[in-house]
This record gives sequence, C-alpha cells and structure tokens, in this order.
Amino acid sequence: MKRKELICIVCPNGCQIQAEIEEGEKIQVNEITGHLCDKGPEWVEQELVNPMRTIASSIMVEGGDFPLVSVRTDSPIPFKSIPEIMKAIKSSKAKAPVQIGDIMVKNPAGTFCNIIATRTVQTQVLP
Amino acid sequence: MKSIKRDLVIIGGGPAGLAAAVAAKEFGCPDVLLIERDRILGGILNQCIHDGFGLHRFEESLTGPEYAQRYIDEFNRLGVDAMMGTIVLSLDRERNLLVSSRKGFTKIEAGAIVLSMGCRERTAGAIQIPGTRPSGIYTAGAAQNFINLQNIMVGKQVVILGSGDIGMIMARRMTLEGAKVESVFEILPYAGGLARNIQQCLNDYDIPLHLSTSVIELHGKSRLSGVTVANMDENFLPLPGSERHIPCDTLLLSVGLIPENELSHRAHVTMAPATGGAGVDDIFMTSVPGIFSCGNVLHVHDLVDHVSEEAALAGQFAAQFLEGGIPSPDSHINIVPKQGVRYTLPQHVSGLRDFTLSLRVTEPLKDRAVWVRDGDRKVARKKMVRLHPAEMIRVKIKGEKLQNTRTLEVSVE
Repeated sequence: MKRKELICIVCPNGCQIQAEIEEGEKIQVNEITGHLCDKGPEWVEQELVNPMRTIASSIMVEGGDFPLVSVRTDSPIPFKSIPEIMKAIKSSKAKAPVQIGDIMVKNPAGTFCNIIATRTVQTQVLP
Repeated sequence: MKSIKRDLVIIGGGPAGLAAAVAAKEFGCPDVLLIERDRILGGILNQCIHDGFGLHRFEESLTGPEYAQRYIDEFNRLGVDAMMGTIVLSLDRERNLLVSSRKGFTKIEAGAIVLSMGCRERTAGAIQIPGTRPSGIYTAGAAQNFINLQNIMVGKQVVILGSGDIGMIMARRMTLEGAKVESVFEILPYAGGLARNIQQCLNDYDIPLHLSTSVIELHGKSRLSGVTVANMDENFLPLPGSERHIPCDTLLLSVGLIPENELSHRAHVTMAPATGGAGVDDIFMTSVPGIFSCGNVLHVHDLVDHVSEEAALAGQFAAQFLEGGIPSPDSHINIVPKQGVRYTLPQHVSGLRDFTLSLRVTEPLKDRAVWVRDGDRKVARKKMVRLHPAEMIRVKIKGEKLQNTRTLEVSVE
C-alpha cells in the first residue's frame, strides 16, 4: 500500500487528491480522496497508469499576416510522446491562408491525435 | 478635426471589451463602437496559445486564440462597429474622448462608456533588483509575445522570478521550445498561480519551485550572465549565508499585474486602492455616471471565463443606462472587507438586484467559510475546502436580503 499525492489538472480548482495504490504488475487504485467532482478519480486512474496532456505550440507560416500559426493536439496525448510530437510540430511548415481548426499535421509520431490550427492566418496583403 | 457622436463606446477589444460589446448589442443597444489599439481583436488571449480557457463558459478546454475567436465571431455576426489601430488619448467626466489613429484625430461624444483596457505586467524597474542592467530580462508576458506571436526566441538558460500563472506557463513553453529552465523562485511562502499549473507546467518538466526565495542581484555586462538568489525571512529580507549564484542568460518576471487605469484617472473616476481598479457598484458603474468598468482593468482575474461573465453584465447595464432603464444610482450599501479578506468587488451596491460578490483572501487557508453579514444577521455563507489568494472566490447575494441594509461585512471564519 502506498499513498500518492496528485494535483488534478482537469479544471482551475486544482484539487489536491490522495490516492491509495498498490504497485504490482498493474497499478491498482484502492481509495481516492480530496476531489471536488467525479472527474477527479477518473483523471487520477488515468494519470497513474498513463498520464495524458494536451500540447500547444506554433508552426511557421509562409506568406501570412502573422509569422506563426498557433496549434494544439486535438485530443490529449500520452505524456511520454510529447518530445516526439514537439519534433513533428517544429519540423512542419504551413502556407497562408490557414483556417482555425485546419489539420496541420496528421497523426504525428504514430499517435491518434492531429495537430490543429487554433487561429486563422490570412494571406499577407502587401501595401 | 473630425467630431462624432456615439451611444456606447467600449475601450479595449480583449475578452472584456468583446463580451461587453456583444452583450450590449444583444440587449438592443443600436449603436456600439469598440476601440482597439492593436490591429487584431482578442487582446492578450492571442498570445496565450496554451489550453485551459473556457471550461466554465463553453464547457470545453480551449486555447486563448480559440476562446477569443468564439467572441469575435459573435461580434462580427452582430455587426458591431470597431475602430482598429486606434488609441484613446483622453477621456473626461462628460464622456468626451479624443482618439488617434493613422487617419488622424477624432473627437467622440459618448452616451456611455465601458472601460475594458485590461492590465499590464509589473516590470523589473518596479521591483528594483540590485546589480547590473544587462539585456535578457523580460516580463513573462513580453517573452510570451516574442515567442508565440513574433517567432523570436528570447534565451537558452532561464530563471523565472515569481510564480504567477504566466511565469509557470512560460516555464513550460520555454522548455518545449528547447530552453533549459533552471528554477522558479517565489518570494512568498506560497505559489502565486493556480495549483494545476504547478503540476502541468513545473512538476511535469522537473522544474523546481523554490518558495520564500528571491533574486537579490543581477550579473552580466551586455547580456545577463547569472543571478544571485537567497532565502527570505518573514520580513522579506535575505537570510545571510543562503545566497547562491545561478548562471543564466534570461530572467523572466512574473511578479504581478497592474490594472491599466490611466484613462480612468483622466476621467476622475474614484479608485479602489485594494484592487488597483475603479470602485464600482452592482451595475459595474464607476463614481462617474455613465462610465462603467469591467475585466482586468477593474480587478485582476485568474480566469477569463469570469472576465467574460462580468463584462457581459457591464455591457448590458451600460445599454440599460442609455435607455434610461436604470433609476438614478443609489448604491448606498457599503461592502467592507474584514478578517481574512483582501478585497471585495463591487465595493458598494444598491440592494435592488442580485449580484455576485467577488473576493480574495489574504492567505492560504483550509476548511473555512466566507461570511457575509449585515451586523449580526447572516446574508450569505459559503463553505470552502481550500481558500487561496490566487483563486478568486465568488458568492451569490440576493438583493431581497438587503432591505434596510447599510453595511455588508465580509470575513473568512
């Protein structure tokens, strides 16, 4: 039996959650306390087995009214695949125009997520 | 000089201004003009490319630009008028504005005004760190702007002073972009930002957070070469012998936000020292009739969702004021912060309607209740598991409970 302290990242409440766990081949979660809502225990179970995160960054845009388009993963990705996904984001380039919601990179690093644009970048109009 | 008359003028096109404009237009105000100094709407949300916005408002986790776009779409759908690339130079008690853009100066006579100029960051100059004055020292938000909007990387080896949310967000961002973030130092014995950011921005990337510790000297000639940090005693003085040198080429400051109230001062709006913003009543009207205030220029929020909610009310009340639908202001009930409460907002109310009381506590506490009392009579009580100065507390108050009330006292017990 082991006690683990976690800060829930689901919402701004940031509950400090305690979990009683048993470590074996598979982590078994016995008791979860300290959460204010039902999403807490769900998150803790996921966090202890395979932590997931949403990652945001940006991609260079050619010929846009901004040099960058901000992007994010369209669903949470395994924490351990962040370096590979950042590599995929950094090595990609885009051409204006880009619409908010456009898929910029499909299934980076063999994941099920897509990298989507979180803003619109128009074609630059030269004066 | 061109001179025009407008019904409702909203100053600032960030989340507060957008929500106020949309709400005023939806309420039925025919003539709403929003003035924005940048070339795009959305304000600081544009550079906040991380997710976590909108959980209350839209029940999903959006990035800053996505959250802004929801309001910009609504703004455009309603056909609200905007003057972009335009700065307001002056404002007086009679609601006359002087604005400047590339097209020249314009005088505007406004029927009502919503102040939604947001806030700015406390700078290196404001906290007066001894030592040299090299390059490589930025406020966290300035670094965020460089990296996320202008594609300029600001440094390789980073120390962050202050544990506000932007500082922690930038610790993660700089790490993902390949910089080495050495540490975050916080002079107070507790973190300044949200707990979840300690987890997902610092703990996730093994970035240590040192509490009761501060930067006491800067080193370097042309570029920053390092900082000296020291543990602090309870009077915020360095503990002798605890000094240590940390090599770095960049120092980011996340040491507080200041509501940007230069225009409010020009209009002789009465200010509230505890918030750094205007004093307002339950319709978000300042001491100057017809001038309203909302968002971070009124008091610094931790969640944009609350900014939008508050600003929408301010916009709606401003529209109501223009229609003559608001009886002459009589906000005679004073709200007084007592034990454990740093500030409350609004500062005074009419008792004519329900309102949300926003407040911050003075120190982190557990298992307490926020009490709102009229003398010995309980008006409202909210039990809380965790109370933290970084987290704004909101308590709903019923107007019907304020008959014959002169003063409301708010305390944590």
